[in-house]
Amino acid sequence: MLTALKQRFSDWLFRPKIEHGTVVLTQRRIFILPARQGLILVWVLILMLLGDINYNLSLGYVLTFLLAMMAVMSMLHAFRNLAHLEIRAGRSDAVFSGESARFIFHFNSKFPRYQLVLRDGDGNSVSFDLAAGQDNVIVFPLPAVKRGWLGTGQLTLYTVFPLGLFHAWSYLHFDTRCLVYPKPLHDAPLPPGNTPDGTGKHSIAGDDDFAGLRNYAPGDALPRIAWKAYARGHALQVKQFATQLGEELWLDIADTPEPDLENKLARMTRWVLDAEVQGLRYGLSLPDGELPVGNGTAHKDECLRRLALYGLSEA
Amino acid sequence: MNKILTYGLLLSVLMVTAPHVTHLPLWVSAMCASLLVWRSYLAYSCNPLPKRWLLTTITLATMAGILIDFHTLFGREAGVTLLMLLATLKLMELKTRRDAMVLIFLSCFIIITNFFYSQSLPTGLYMLATLLVITTSWLHLHAPGIALKPRLRIATALLLQAIPLTIILFILFPRVQGPLWGLPQDAFASSGLDDKMSPGSMGRLALSDAVAFRVSYQAPPPRRDQMYWRGPVLWNFDGRTWTPGSSSRSIAPEFSGTGQAIDYSVTLEPHNKKWLFALDMPDKISIPARLTHDFQLLRPQPVNARLRYEARSQLIYHANLHESALQLQRALQLPQTLNPRARELAASWRAFSANEGQVIVRALTYFNQQDFHYTLDPPPLGANSIDDFLFTTRRGFCEHYASSFVYLMRAAGIPARVVTGYQGGEYNAFGNYYIVRQSDAHAWAEVWLPELGWQRVDPTAAIAPERVEHGLSAALTDNTSLPFMARNPPQWLRDLRLNWDAVSFQWSQWVVGYDSERQFAFLSRFGIDSLSAQAINMLAGLALIIGLFALYMLRHLFTSKQDKTQAAWVKLCRKLARSGLSRAPHEGPHDYAMRVAASRPDLAECIQDLTARYLKLRYGAIQDEIAQREFIHLVAKFPLNPKK
Repeated sequence: MLTALKQRFSDWLFRPKIEHGTVVLTQRRIFILPARQGLILVWVLILMLLGDINYNLSLGYVLTFLLAMMAVMSMLHAFRNLAHLEIRAGRSDAVFSGESARFIFHFNSKFPRYQLVLRDGDGNSVSFDLAAGQDNVIVFPLPAVKRGWLGTGQLTLYTVFPLGLFHAWSYLHFDTRCLVYPKPLHDAPLPPGNTPDGTGKHSIAGDDDFAGLRNYAPGDALPRIAWKAYARGHALQVKQFATQLGEELWLDIADTPEPDLENKLARMTRWVLDAEVQGLRYGLSLPDGELPVGNGTAHKDECLRRLALYGLSEA
Repeated sequence: MNKILTYGLLLSVLMVTAPHVTHLPLWVSAMCASLLVWRSYLAYSCNPLPKRWLLTTITLATMAGILIDFHTLFGREAGVTLLMLLATLKLMELKTRRDAMVLIFLSCFIIITNFFYSQSLPTGLYMLATLLVITTSWLHLHAPGIALKPRLRIATALLLQAIPLTIILFILFPRVQGPLWGLPQDAFASSGLDDKMSPGSMGRLALSDAVAFRVSYQAPPPRRDQMYWRGPVLWNFDGRTWTPGSSSRSIAPEFSGTGQAIDYSVTLEPHNKKWLFALDMPDKISIPARLTHDFQLLRPQPVNARLRYEARSQLIYHANLHESALQLQRALQLPQTLNPRARELAASWRAFSANEGQVIVRALTYFNQQDFHYTLDPPPLGANSIDDFLFTTRRGFCEHYASSFVYLMRAAGIPARVVTGYQGGEYNAFGNYYIVRQSDAHAWAEVWLPELGWQRVDPTAAIAPERVEHGLSAALTDNTSLPFMARNPPQWLRDLRLNWDAVSFQWSQWVVGYDSERQFAFLSRFGIDSLSAQAINMLAGLALIIGLFALYMLRHLFTSKQDKTQAAWVKLCRKLARSGLSRAPHEGPHDYAMRVAASRPDLAECIQDLTARYLKLRYGAIQDEIAQREFIHLVAKFPLNPKK
């Protein structure tokens, strides 16, 4: 009964609320409680006080009171370390499952903050200091395990600054999310292409005619990276080949040999990446609809997005 | 563990252990020093910490060392030693944050142990410096990203903010009179008079310029030769040492003052003995104390904290006119076999004198006329110590004169006893009080005369009157063995020292001596006379100051961050919202104005104008204060329903 009430109270007090835009940590959002070391200090101070009384040590009283009052002031400093902090969630780029999603947060403060820790319920955390009067970009990495949308869940921003005696914290739950693509299969050759005239003949081996370079995107096959250009100091780029330009390739989930959906999607993901790298024009055929033939980064992203969210609700 | 943090903790431990060097065994200091040096080297060279078995061996060895040296692991000295060695050994296994916290708390504890030995003003300042170093390392532990300078700044801020709060707590926190439990025997250092006197015991005290007590007189002070501060009274003599002895039956002390009384207050340094000092003869004292049959003031408990009391004394008196026969008998006893020549001398004086008074005069004349010297460095005496002194060496300090004088009186049949205490004192004009030091320790005699009762006779005055009138350094011909300041230092140095003593006297009165009694006396001046009033005032004071600090530290929370243009725009939106046209979160100013204009054609012109002004002020390149004021003015005037 009592625990139920307590639970309800704490649910009400710490009620989760998904927020967007800029969050300002007002007084009402900041909680503060003594940390373990604060409780130990209380015992140390009691011992000291007993000694002072017993031996009539006036300077002992002074020291005991000084320490106690420094502890009290450290509570104020801990509170101040969080108070009126402006936090905004930034865009986070899509990643492949198995990689680390990088959630971006922008922190703004009028004065420097020290030793803030951002932590989620699973023990992922990042700690940082903030400079005054500038946009501080904090990356909160989370392992992306499953395809689909990945949210941060409720995050705790806490600090034990300055003396570790008090634990001040605030809950943050932004509507920021990161799209997680399926993890591409390692080795999966593209299916035989079907040209628009229906001959069914298609060659993918002819990657002789070098067509140009484009910027590297995550998921590109390693052999296609222009290492020589990279070594010369250029950005990481990927070679594109001209032979297949203009050819059309339909990537159909029905063509995947895998028995289960996730592996089918994984293979499809690899196909999309390879098709894009090879400069093919490709379309996607999924049971819930088709994506017309096309190519380019936007088209690839849309394909990957369809694969990531296939069978999942958009929300 | 971070290198800088390790250095910080090393410095903390060094600072808390350093003051103990003076009173700890040499091997402990050497051990701590070498451990600190070793640890610094390890940190500097980034070498790994010593192995566990090595540390265990060292720890056990030091424990054994303490046991051998102190015969215990408890008690003050052994306890302090143990704490210090624990702290330095903890440094050797500094690995986790927890270790560092233990070390920080331990350091704070060791600071307190230093107060057993000294609570002076410099000790207080040193404590603040130590605390700053500790806090800086403490901060480093929890915020490793901050550079040394800002870290030092934050630590200083914390410390400075805590000081006013500490002052409030110090004044108002209800004091409890200790001790709560039995103090170990060696809890407090004791120096000063003993209740035994043998040749050389007073001379040893003369070498110490530690303060015994300080006196301020309410009225003009008495003459210097009346400043006899009475301590232990010694009755029994075994041929060498005088002791108080014990009396089975004694009458209550009584005396009648015949002269003026004098009021004064004494601030007594702790000496771990029961007796208090008062001028001959005390008839009033402000604290509980018992007046014994031989006019000593005794506390129920040993004085182990600085003690202040008011007292009144009669400088001219007749004491115990009707002394009991038993006591008079005690005052005549002598070891039967020793010192034959002294007995002979006394007997001859008695035979040729009409009364006791003449015997006394003969004795004093004898000291004065014969070749006696007043010296701190007398030759050793044999088994017949009185004979040796009176007829052979003739060099002695006050205890030699007092002892032989009382011996002669007893041998002559006059009841006499030895009184020890302090004589004189140094006047401090800066604080208007007298400082009585250990070097003012003195011994004199008292004789009982039928019509006068007990009367003081100081044989030292017969041989060295300067001792009584001007103090020790004036009386000694060769004073090089005295501490430098007890000789005759230059005037400026003397002034400096008196100034400093005046400051430390105030410090000891108001800070060190601020106990439950003083607190009550001080607070009742301000009408705070109950525990609850004390608590309320304390909490209110703390709350007030913490509130002020909070206001200052969190001032950013209370200042509005919106600029005036934006504030006016928000006001305009609120006005419109009241008539049902609230701005949707996604709506820009332009779209909003369009929508408002569409649904309220009567306001269209006005709102278009205001929006245009707003956009120009908010997003335009030029800051135009006049336009801004105009905009604010227009918003304030903005008519919601102009045509009604």
